[in-house]
Amino acid sequence: MPVPEHLEFFIDPSRCIGCQACVQACRECDSHKGQTMIQLDYIDRSLSTQTVPVVCMHCDVPTCAEVCPADAIKRTEDGIVQTARKPRCIACNNCVLACPFGVPKMQTSMNLMMKCDLCYDRTSVGLMPMCATVCPSQALHYGTREEIERLRPRSTPIDTFQFGAQVIHTRVRMMVPRNTPPAAIDVTGAFDLAPAPQDMAPDPMLANLYVEEPVG
Amino acid sequence: MTPDARGGTEPHWRRDFPIDWPEAQWVARREFVKFLMPVSLAFAVGQLWLVWRGWQRSAAPGPPVARIARVSDAPVGGAMLFEYPVGSPSRLLVRVDGATFVAYEQQCTHLTCPVLPAVERGELVCPCHHGVFELRTGRPIAGPPRRPLARVALDVRDGWVVATGIEARTA
Repeated sequence: MPVPEHLEFFIDPSRCIGCQACVQACRECDSHKGQTMIQLDYIDRSLSTQTVPVVCMHCDVPTCAEVCPADAIKRTEDGIVQTARKPRCIACNNCVLACPFGVPKMQTSMNLMMKCDLCYDRTSVGLMPMCATVCPSQALHYGTREEIERLRPRSTPIDTFQFGAQVIHTRVRMMVPRNTPPAAIDVTGAFDLAPAPQDMAPDPMLANLYVEEPVG
Repeated sequence: MTPDARGGTEPHWRRDFPIDWPEAQWVARREFVKFLMPVSLAFAVGQLWLVWRGWQRSAAPGPPVARIARVSDAPVGGAMLFEYPVGSPSRLLVRVDGATFVAYEQQCTHLTCPVLPAVERGELVCPCHHGVFELRTGRPIAGPPRRPLARVALDVRDGWVVATGIEARTA
């Protein structure tokens, strides 16, 4: 049974509180073999508590599947890009390196690439994905577009991303401000930012601050 | 549009290995018919070949009549090996009672181990996997063999047991 077309997945990073509930819940999904496939990214941990949950965006032209030399990554009729087929995956890591969003994970113990499949065993029978079920701040939302527009009067979903010269349209939506929506979210835009001016006086509050970087 | 955004067309092999699952499962009617025609033809040719082989085998003349043993030399309940025709794998002659002789190929129909007579039980036993054949008919009654032993047609003429032919049986 395919995932219903009218139900969409919305990510609202501004609501994410970094509680890791989604990371823990992801393991519980029956098709995930006890592995978590959602990642909680810290934007700039020394300056901000901002975190972003990263799930598979389920692109219309999935780069991971395009680069797969073994024809292991397949997309089902409902637009869900599935985990690599175990009999075919040769654990070459091409998809891990190619994905603009950094979603595929190589499980070296299984020699298998596993990625977020929107909890296919749950969504294909009408349930919500695990992460959206547990998110306490509704940063991850699974529902209809009308629902999200009613719940988030100041945000609007966007499905267009820019990765270098590549334009990506996704099935999973990202919430952006409604009054000034960008045409596309530039995935690699942070690399192109101009470096901070060097003549800025060092912040005495930050100079002696010991920052523990996340390990692993 | 390819993901490198150069606007090229998809490579030709992508049609055989599509990313979308439904396309990969889809078989055109014409492709299916193209597959079906040679396969059904091959089946038909195979059936004709089997019929021809069976006819050829039945039409071939059997080995000539040969003397095996004197009746007076064969004790009741005794067994002996013989070759019929000479040079073939050994066969087993068993005198079941005063007037009844049976002879079978000695190879078990499971994995061609030599079968051993157990006349007092009325059986032929293959020691390899404990296959058991009925002594009077050569049919399998226990163990892995499923086909009966090839029987040698016997006759008693002038005090001699003579072999008159081989019955290759499949069931």
